[in-house]
Amino acid sequence: MKYLKFTTSLLVTLALIALLNSKLGPAPPFARFLNPFQGFWQNAENSGAWKDDEAKVPGLKDEVKVYFDERLVPHVFARNDQDMYFMQGYITAKYRLWQMEIQTANAAGRISEIIGERTIDVDRMQRRIGMGYGAETAQTYIAKDPESKKLIDAYCDGVNAYIKTLKPKDYPIEYKLLDYQPEPWTALKVALLLKNMANMLSVFEYDIENTNFVAKYGQQDFKALYPDFIDAEDPIVPKGTVWQTHNTNNQEMAVNTGNASKLTAETFPCIISKPDEITGSNNWAVSGSKTKSGKPILCNDPHLRLSLPSIWYEMQLVSPNMNVYGATLPGSPAVIIGFNDSISWGVTNGGRDVRDWYKVKFKDASRSEYEYNGQWLKAEKKVEVYKVKGKADFLDTVIYTRYGIVVFDQNFGTADSKKNLAMRWTAHLPSNEFKTFYQLNCGKNYDDYINALKNYTCPAQNFVFASRSGDIAIKEQGRFPLRDKATEQGKYVSDGTTDKDEWKGFIPSEDNPTSKNPERGFVSSANQHPTDSTYPYYYPGLGVYENYRNRRINKILTEGKEIDVDFMKKMQTDNYNLLAAEAVPVLISLLNKSSLTDSEKKIVETLSKWDYFNNPHEVAPIYFDIWWNELRKLLWDEMADKNVPMKQPNFYVTVQFLKNDSTSKFYDIVATADKKETRGDIVLMAFKRIEDTLRKKDFTEVNEPYDNDENYTKDDLKPHDWAGYKDTKISHLAMLDPFSSLHVNNGGNIGIINATNTTNGPSWRMIVDEGAMKAYVVYPGGESGNPGSAYYDNMVKSWADGQYFEANFMKEANDLAGKKLFVSTFRP
Amino acid sequence: MKNFLLSVLVIALFSAVLQPFLPWYIIAVVAFIAGYVFKQPALAAFGSGFLAIFLLWLGYAAVLSHANNDLLAHKVATLLPLHGSVIGLLLLTGILGGLVSGFASLTGRLAGN
Repeated sequence: MKYLKFTTSLLVTLALIALLNSKLGPAPPFARFLNPFQGFWQNAENSGAWKDDEAKVPGLKDEVKVYFDERLVPHVFARNDQDMYFMQGYITAKYRLWQMEIQTANAAGRISEIIGERTIDVDRMQRRIGMGYGAETAQTYIAKDPESKKLIDAYCDGVNAYIKTLKPKDYPIEYKLLDYQPEPWTALKVALLLKNMANMLSVFEYDIENTNFVAKYGQQDFKALYPDFIDAEDPIVPKGTVWQTHNTNNQEMAVNTGNASKLTAETFPCIISKPDEITGSNNWAVSGSKTKSGKPILCNDPHLRLSLPSIWYEMQLVSPNMNVYGATLPGSPAVIIGFNDSISWGVTNGGRDVRDWYKVKFKDASRSEYEYNGQWLKAEKKVEVYKVKGKADFLDTVIYTRYGIVVFDQNFGTADSKKNLAMRWTAHLPSNEFKTFYQLNCGKNYDDYINALKNYTCPAQNFVFASRSGDIAIKEQGRFPLRDKATEQGKYVSDGTTDKDEWKGFIPSEDNPTSKNPERGFVSSANQHPTDSTYPYYYPGLGVYENYRNRRINKILTEGKEIDVDFMKKMQTDNYNLLAAEAVPVLISLLNKSSLTDSEKKIVETLSKWDYFNNPHEVAPIYFDIWWNELRKLLWDEMADKNVPMKQPNFYVTVQFLKNDSTSKFYDIVATADKKETRGDIVLMAFKRIEDTLRKKDFTEVNEPYDNDENYTKDDLKPHDWAGYKDTKISHLAMLDPFSSLHVNNGGNIGIINATNTTNGPSWRMIVDEGAMKAYVVYPGGESGNPGSAYYDNMVKSWADGQYFEANFMKEANDLAGKKLFVSTFRP
Repeated sequence: MKNFLLSVLVIALFSAVLQPFLPWYIIAVVAFIAGYVFKQPALAAFGSGFLAIFLLWLGYAAVLSHANNDLLAHKVATLLPLHGSVIGLLLLTGILGGLVSGFASLTGRLAGN
């Protein structure tokens, strides 16, 4: 009996230990997670405990001092470039390690190692589009430049030096929740991170969708709905610019070869999923001729999917060689968007088509050879191994061709073994993007800026520039293929069996659209067409380009006089909805008002009286948003064919279409076989859905606007205005709501300068006043990646309210005075 | 009574000293030994084991959390199905640790028979 009692007690004890020590499903291993000595309680940051500290860090060559200011922004003062990048790595890892790791794991297609089998297809896509392949190519290429290699290695050494200091109790909370450990950092991961960004921005191509549309509806409809250029263009490089080219071999521009090799007779079932409309980014620079100070002001707000920890990490980097401040990408050295004591720069997505799809024809079921110009080339097979948490390894054989990896084939995406599509992407080209940013970081003038951009390959970015000496400029930079204009190569799926659809070379960097010190006194870009139709090089760019923010920005800047920082702050947070201003009158004119109820008539009245600002407390933006989205669903229902993916025509084309075409077949709703809907029918149907949608979303009318904005943080408060309806959410990278910022109270939307919708928006706002040499910044998050820190999301509200912080651009050590939180001194 | 208090103190103290360096279940080893050494009635052995770690874990967690204004605890208490209750999270922490220690102490006591 005694023995039985003992054994039972022993077994219960051991079972409890085993149970509480293991990860059960999504729940963390409870005892490891909850015990206060090692578990998450250790991540509860003591905010009052900031004090100066010192540490010995092997790997440093000399002493480095890092000053942390009142927003926990680190200002790194090093005595040489190597130590500076080493410390950038060290400090970034200290505050953002998990983010760096999860983003590169995502890029490398290794999420399933952490999450499990439900993310295998996500990983497979990443590897098949060549993220790892591109990163390896970049890393090999960069290693050939000793200076770049030395500095990137220094960054990695810094990250690893920090990781070495970690004990399990120090791991970021996400490691404890997901039950894994940090890995050493490598130069390959730096390359992966940059490819991750390239991927996010390269996704706006529609080759397959275009092919599908033409196969189904023909060229005439295609040209009407997806024009290359539109009349009301306000391109980045102003209309009427005279172009000079440096392409001495005219034949390479390949105009009118007359080879009709585009594949537009068949459809393809798979595409890479992408958001409906580009959220985009804004940048602009105004010359001294229009500013109060007589010196330029530069502004940039890149729009990305908002997340926590924030995409950007604000820093200052100082060495004898440079003094640069701005937004960095955790995982990569250098400042990506920012300024130094002489120049400033920023980026928006160029939206150029840098991905082409090639249909591959295999010889037989073995897929060992593929056809090219009447010959059979050998295909290279590689087995990708996916480690899957809690399960056996998953194997995926991928095939490399001269174009790149076959993304969609019988094992992935398509059941049809003949529809094999390989994707060629400029991110696969050897490139050293780091060098571009390094040179911008220590650049002094316009020539340095142009020189820095020469290396930049992928994706297409519009680099805006301003210098203290008074220059402004903008340049769309990337390595862009020379395309055959006659066959519109790159607009459709290309024929992989022939050399006719090959890229004929690349557009020389000097010929990329550039504008310097234009007469109008400003440069700007907001993801619109880079040029008008007279640009000598062909580029397929339909559907991607916006035509709203650019016109609003250019109008404001054209009319602006005595421009100063306050003007720019107001402009960057502008909520004017140009799309609504142009679409609402059209919609109302097409609306058959005879069948409207009283409440519906009120909706029309509200819309008619609206001043077209998507301000947070307005109600009209909601009505328009619902009406517009529902109408597009009904109008372009033909494009929602699941087996034949197509893109909706863009907003601008849609508005013109509604205005000018009264009888098109597209007004008919495909699903209603016996009925033939007209334009008026679907405008009314969409309108009638407004009240239904509001009901479903629990929308409540209030007579007086709420005074206290704090109410918006309560989950149970029903939405009663645009801010509540739009319900901007800044999600944690692992989609954990308690670590996310919910119900962010602000206005805006796609197509508006303040381009904040539910999930995307300005991830960084920066205004650089070259006259006063001051900068004003904000972003929706905080410097710390620790959800247990008071600095995790401390700037979200300021960002939502349109407020900025003055950057503490230190000229020398000890410049911070009262704004200092603490100083860390690091010695070798 | 003296044994009870002594057992609680010993288990808590040794666990506090060892836990920063060893996996959490070192508390079971400590409690097992204490259960063996302090010859108490079985219930008291379990009780003192439970109380020692219940107080140690809850106490230390509360101190850490307080310095953080309960910022993180509140988030974790929302992540876990505790409706954001920091007290609930502290109790859960104490109870889970206490159970392991209690049973380990009991096992140690029974091993002495």
